This record gives sequence, C-alpha cells and structure tokens, in this order.
Amino acid sequence: MNRKQLVDEVSIVFSGAAGQGIQSIEMILTKLLKREGYHVFSTKEFMSRIRGGINSTCLRVSSERVNAPMEKADLFLPLIQDTTLHLQDKITEHTVIIGEQEVVQFDDMVDIPFSEIAKRCGNKIYSSSVAVGVIAGILDVSDSTIEKTFTKHFKGKDEKIIQENIQAAKEGIKESAKIQEHLEVDIEKDASVQDEMLISGTEAVAMGAVSANVRYVASYPMSPATGVLVKLAGWSEQTDCIIEQVEDEITVVNMALGAWYAGARAFVTTSGGGLALMSEGISLSGITEIPFVVHVAQRPGPGTGLPTRTEQGDLHLVLYSGHGDFPRIIYAPGTVEEAFYLTNRAFDLADRFQVPVFILTDQYFVDSLCNTPVWDLNKIVSENHFTETAQDYKRYAITESGVSPRGIPGFGKGLVKVDSDEHDEEGLITENLNETRKAMVEKRFFRKFNLVRKEVIEPDCFGNKDNELLVVSWGSTGNAVKHAFQLLESPPAGMHFSQVWPLPENIEDILSRYKRIAVVENNASAQFATLLKGYAGVPVAHNILKFTGLPFSQEEIAREIQSIQ
Amino acid sequence: MSENIFDPHVKDIAWCPGCGNFPIRKIMLEMLEELELDPVNTVMVSGIGQAAKSPQYIQANYFNGLHGRALPPATAMKAANPELTVIVESGDGDMYGEGGNHFLHAIRRNPDITAVVHNNMIYGLTKGQASPTTSKGMKTPVQINGVFLEPFNPLAAAIALDASFVARANALDQDKTKEIIKKAVQHKGFALVDVFQICVSFNKVNTAKWFKEHTYYLDEQHDTSDRSAAFSRAIEQDKLPLGIFYEQKNKPVFEESFPLYQKDKSPLFQRTLNKEALEKIAAEKTE
Repeated sequence: MNRKQLVDEVSIVFSGAAGQGIQSIEMILTKLLKREGYHVFSTKEFMSRIRGGINSTCLRVSSERVNAPMEKADLFLPLIQDTTLHLQDKITEHTVIIGEQEVVQFDDMVDIPFSEIAKRCGNKIYSSSVAVGVIAGILDVSDSTIEKTFTKHFKGKDEKIIQENIQAAKEGIKESAKIQEHLEVDIEKDASVQDEMLISGTEAVAMGAVSANVRYVASYPMSPATGVLVKLAGWSEQTDCIIEQVEDEITVVNMALGAWYAGARAFVTTSGGGLALMSEGISLSGITEIPFVVHVAQRPGPGTGLPTRTEQGDLHLVLYSGHGDFPRIIYAPGTVEEAFYLTNRAFDLADRFQVPVFILTDQYFVDSLCNTPVWDLNKIVSENHFTETAQDYKRYAITESGVSPRGIPGFGKGLVKVDSDEHDEEGLITENLNETRKAMVEKRFFRKFNLVRKEVIEPDCFGNKDNELLVVSWGSTGNAVKHAFQLLESPPAGMHFSQVWPLPENIEDILSRYKRIAVVENNASAQFATLLKGYAGVPVAHNILKFTGLPFSQEEIAREIQSIQ
Repeated sequence: MSENIFDPHVKDIAWCPGCGNFPIRKIMLEMLEELELDPVNTVMVSGIGQAAKSPQYIQANYFNGLHGRALPPATAMKAANPELTVIVESGDGDMYGEGGNHFLHAIRRNPDITAVVHNNMIYGLTKGQASPTTSKGMKTPVQINGVFLEPFNPLAAAIALDASFVARANALDQDKTKEIIKKAVQHKGFALVDVFQICVSFNKVNTAKWFKEHTYYLDEQHDTSDRSAAFSRAIEQDKLPLGIFYEQKNKPVFEESFPLYQKDKSPLFQRTLNKEALEKIAAEKTE
C-alpha cells in the first residue's frame, strides 16, 4: 500500500452478499455525506438473488458534482471474501482495502474488527454502522451529522437501538485513524449541497409522474422498473393516485388506455420483456389516439437475460413496438434532472398530441443515486388537454394540425366513440379507403408527426466543438462520456441525446460537420448508431459498445476515445 | 313507442341476416332506455369479433378496443370515473379465449361493471373455428376430427371465483333476458351475463331449436345467495339452466376500495395537481 494523498475526490467500493447490509450502508452514508456538504454519487450492481452471492456499491465523494461510474476504487471495503474475483478490476496497487481479517483475506489490508466492535456496542448487526463510521471518519464528518442522520434514518426504531448504532458509528470513526496512515483525503465541502435532494433515477422518474398529475398507475413488477411502482405506491395516499398491480402487461397497457380515455392521466413502468407484451396495446394507442406514457427501464435480453443488470438494448423495441404507422416520442434521460423534467414533459406531449411517449432508462440509471438541486416547480406542467364536448362532437375530426380535440365521456354533451378499427371522424368503422382511410393516416401520422417533430429536444453539445471527432451518447451513458472528456488531454466534440425519437429535423446538418462520428452505447448491435445512419444518412466511423451487463466507467470510455483519436 | 335515444339508426349493420346478435342488440337498446341511463354517462366497451361490433350500433360513448381486452379498459374507466355506467359487450372467443386471464382477474377485482357475453359457441368473424365454449365433437375447418377439449364453463368459473353476479340467458327469450341484464346492470359489482345466441352461418349444432330443447329456467326455489347451490346448477350439463345463478349484494367494489374516493367522490379528470404533496416529497429528499 503506497501512501498517497487524494485531493478532491474519493471512490469507495463496498461489497457483500445480498442481505448483508451494503444497501443500508449506502443509504446512510450518502445522506450523511450530503448533509456534510459533499457531492455524492453511488451506483450498485447486484445479482439476481435475494440472499447470498456478491453485490457491490460504488460511492464517489467529491468537491464537484459527479455522476458516472468509476473503474477503480480508492477504498475497498469487502464484507465477505470475493472468491469469484468479481470485483478484482476495482482494485489497484493504490487501493486501500479495509476489512475484518477474520472474514476477508488480502495480503495488504487494514484490519478493522467490525463484528467485535459492533458486539461491544450491543449487537453484531451494527457492523454496517461501524463501517459507516470508518468512512465518515476518513471524510471528517462531525458527530452532530452522525447523530442527526442516524436518528432520522432509524426513525420509529427503539431509542436504545438508535443510540447503539450511533455509538457503533463513533467507534468506527476512531478506527478510521488506521486508514489515515495510508490515505489522506482532503475534499472541499460545498454548503449548497446540504439543501439539495439526494435522489435515485427511480425517484426522479416517479416524481416526474407525480408532477404531471398522474392519477392511475397500472403495472406488473419487473426488475429494474419495479422501484418506480413502489415509490408511486408509497406516495399514493398523499397524491390521491390509484395504484393497481395487475395480472400481466397486456392488462397494464389496456387499463392505462381505459384510464386516459376516461380523463385520468395514467402511467406504466416496465422493462423490455413487459413492453414486448404491451406492443399490441401501444398500437391501440396509435389508432385510437389515446395518450399513453410508459417508463421502460432496460435490462439485458434477449429473453429473461440478466434481470438485475444494465443495457441499452431496447431502443429498437421501443421504436418499433406496435404494428402499423403512428407517431411516437422517445426520451432517454441522462441525468436525474432530465428524468424528472422529461417524465413531466412526456405526459404533456402525450396529452397534447395523443401519442404514446416512452421514457427509456436502464438498471444502472434507475439504481444510481446522487445529489441534485431541488426541482424548479415553475418549470413543470400538468394541465389536461381534453375538451368539454358539444352535442355534435366528433372524436376524430379531421383538423389541419392533425390533432382532433379529445373529449372524455361524461364531460360535455357529446359522445366519445373510439375504435381500434379504422374509423371515420365520428369513430364509426369504415372501409372507405380512398377518402377516409387516407385522410385519417394523413391526419394522425403525417401531420401529427410534423407537430411532434417541432417539439424535439436538441442534443446537448459539449467538449471541443471544433474537433473533427464527435462522440455521441444517449440516455444513461451521457455522464460517463462527459466525465471521460475530463480525463482526456484533448477532448473531442461531444453530443448527448436525451430525446432519441424523433430526431431533430436538421440532424444531418448537425452531424455532417464532423469528419468522424463515434457512438457510445451499452448494447451489442449499435442501435442508436443504426438509427443515425438510417435517418440522418451519416456514416458512423466507430461504435464504442459494451454489453457485459455493466455500465461504462469513465476511464473505460476515455481509453476507447484515446484509441480512436 | 317513442324514439329510443340509444338507437343510432345505423343503415348498414355488418352482421349476417338472422344473426343472434340482432335480438341481443334489441334487448340492449330497450334495457338502456328502460333503465333511463344517460348516453353521455354510459360507456359501451368491447373487444374484437362480431359481438364486439355491438357498441358501434348503440348511441352512447364507446371504446371498441383489442381482441380479448375489453375488461381491463372497462375496469380502469370505472375506477377513473365511478359516475360512468360501464357495460362490456363481447363474444365467447373474446371474453373466454383471448381474454381469459382478464376474465379471471376482473372477477377478482370486482369493479362495478357489467359483462354481457354473446355466447354462440363458435368463432363467427374468422369463419367457423371452435371457440372455448364449443361442444365436444363439433367438427370445424380447423378441428377436423371434432373438438376434443373440454368446453369452458364460464358460470362455474365465475362462481368458483366468487363473482358478485352470475347469470345465463337466451337471446331468443327477449323479455326474460332483458330483465336479467337489467338486474345485472343495476347490480353493484362485477356482473356476468352469458347469453346464448345462435350463429346462422357457422354453428349448425346449437340452433334455436337446440337451445329451446336443452335449456330450462331456474325457478323461485333457487337461492341466489347460496354459492354451493349456484355452483351445482352451473355444472349441470343437460339441460342447461338459465336465470340468475348467484348474487352477492354487498361485496366491496374495486374502485371504492381506493382511499382517494373515501375522501373525495369526484372523478379523477376533475382533479388538478396537488403541488403541496409534490413539494413535501421533494423536501423529504433534502433531509
């Protein structure tokens, strides 16, 4: 172990079996450090099992806003012996390993008898509080922050238990002196962080739905999308929202459309396999012009794939799901902030244009946690776009804009007739092909697509805009690319897409400015690159792909870019 | 007779001449009128099939969705706006085949909606293949050696699931069927009315004469609150009983089980964003 000084950032990796408490270490530590004024980011990877195995959480603590995975650990804190060498890549010659010698064996490690200290404080299970204390000690966290955070975290528990945990953490702080012999951490605190929120991708999406006045949630549990359902259920008594766990994803989409039809904003959260089952219902949204909003948290496929891992492999599924021609909108947030505002926007656009809107995230994104400024509620919209109907109301009135005013049953004097068969303006089944069918397709596909395209969110440009090389990212990979640029001596141009469909009308012009384009994606078939090639007609010179089920680290992307520079 | 406000006077109805759907349509129009329902607050929901075209021929709101999928949107509509009267009208293939899973779970949820199932024991729209209720032995262009699967018994299944209202009717008995469907609509909770009907084009076995000879009406002795008795009647094979088999008057309904309606009865479309709730959630995240 070499002595080294870390100036403004530290990365800490915890590992343990499922059920061993690394999640609660993450929860308490992130709260603790944020309260102390540190920027935090944590991301986890875990096996598809409830107990056992080996899982890990990577926590970054910094003086600046950070939100991308790192390859290397400055501190490694294993709660069990990693016999599979699952985390070997995280350990470098500089990594300080902290562990309990009785449990984990490394040639060179700082021995801290977590269990013994915990037992001394009252119970062996307080080991995780000792571990929290050790990290808190290294980062110079005050006793009052420890007390406040633990008291809040364990709210509702017996006072004795709370005090004993606090004691365990304080004992941990004392032990941290041993680590400081090997490592000095000096990270500048930022008081403004204290007032920020600590939020996961899951919570950002769920809060986005709340901000859009969601009133009906129908879903079927599926990793990694279940968290959004759980969050919305937890808040449902405050938000007056119906939460229904249904029998299958076919019911999910049809229920959601029924709720929207009757005037309630409905929301759905699922993963690729669930969305595959919803495909027909998405098409129903297309022809009936009933709004639909779905969050798709991707995981690696095909089939059951890797249920608890990450991938960006469902872009084409989302883009093409549902038979027939109809417009759709696909958002792919890259930050929690984008996830919140884009989910809010998804409802607005679905309602205004009566189209399905997808929010595409992934396991890495939903299960990551960071501090972020409190949402600006002046920027959210939640107004409904249905109209009070007159007696002669026609649901599918041919309009110049392409949008027919949407009535709902029981509001006004008209009747709201929707049909999945091709229909006329009133909603009556028709086989008038040359006039009605043609007019309907022109209205709901062509004219509406043009409307939808006017609302496209432009890609975010960063890096050296004059460079001949452009690195493109979409969705959750955006931050890793931005952070990778900071590691490069001469960064190229960067472009991040938080909306992946439709693409901007001038996409060809935007992209053809660059001599070479590289697209970074967490999938095997370069799905976004394929879309850019087909739609913008520009060649993609380099595909930077990863499909192991793990997200890109910033170092990894930096190396990949270096190799093509 | 005065004008029926539910009759849209459609000139071209897409059913075969003599189709069993015609008498059911007549029953439905009269039933809606006699119950003094308001078309503006009534939604007819269906899947796909010949029977599922019914809402097209009724002057009310309608949602003619996907094959087999009538019950999920109907359940959600009622939950989103309990002031609506929601009636599902679809066929045996739609409800018991493609929509079988929804049928089971709609009964479990018990929304206050009515499902009128046109049961002609055959697939009409796709030209004469077996449906889940086709009798054993019937030959079709697909089941060329005759159906060998056990027919689905919707009534027994519904009673086994403790459905809140279970009845069977015969489309050719206009008055009796109308009364049964009226009671189903007035019943609070999920009401199933399986309606026998003929298919003049594809079902040469279960004809009007066959239905007359193979059915009988439950008499006053039958106790509709007795689930075991209802089940025994539901598994009778020949003759097949008609009438109300089972009824539970006070079973909690889906939409009323959510706390939000206990505080406030207004439909969801009238409710605006509760910014305070959102602010509170955000504030908790800053702690």
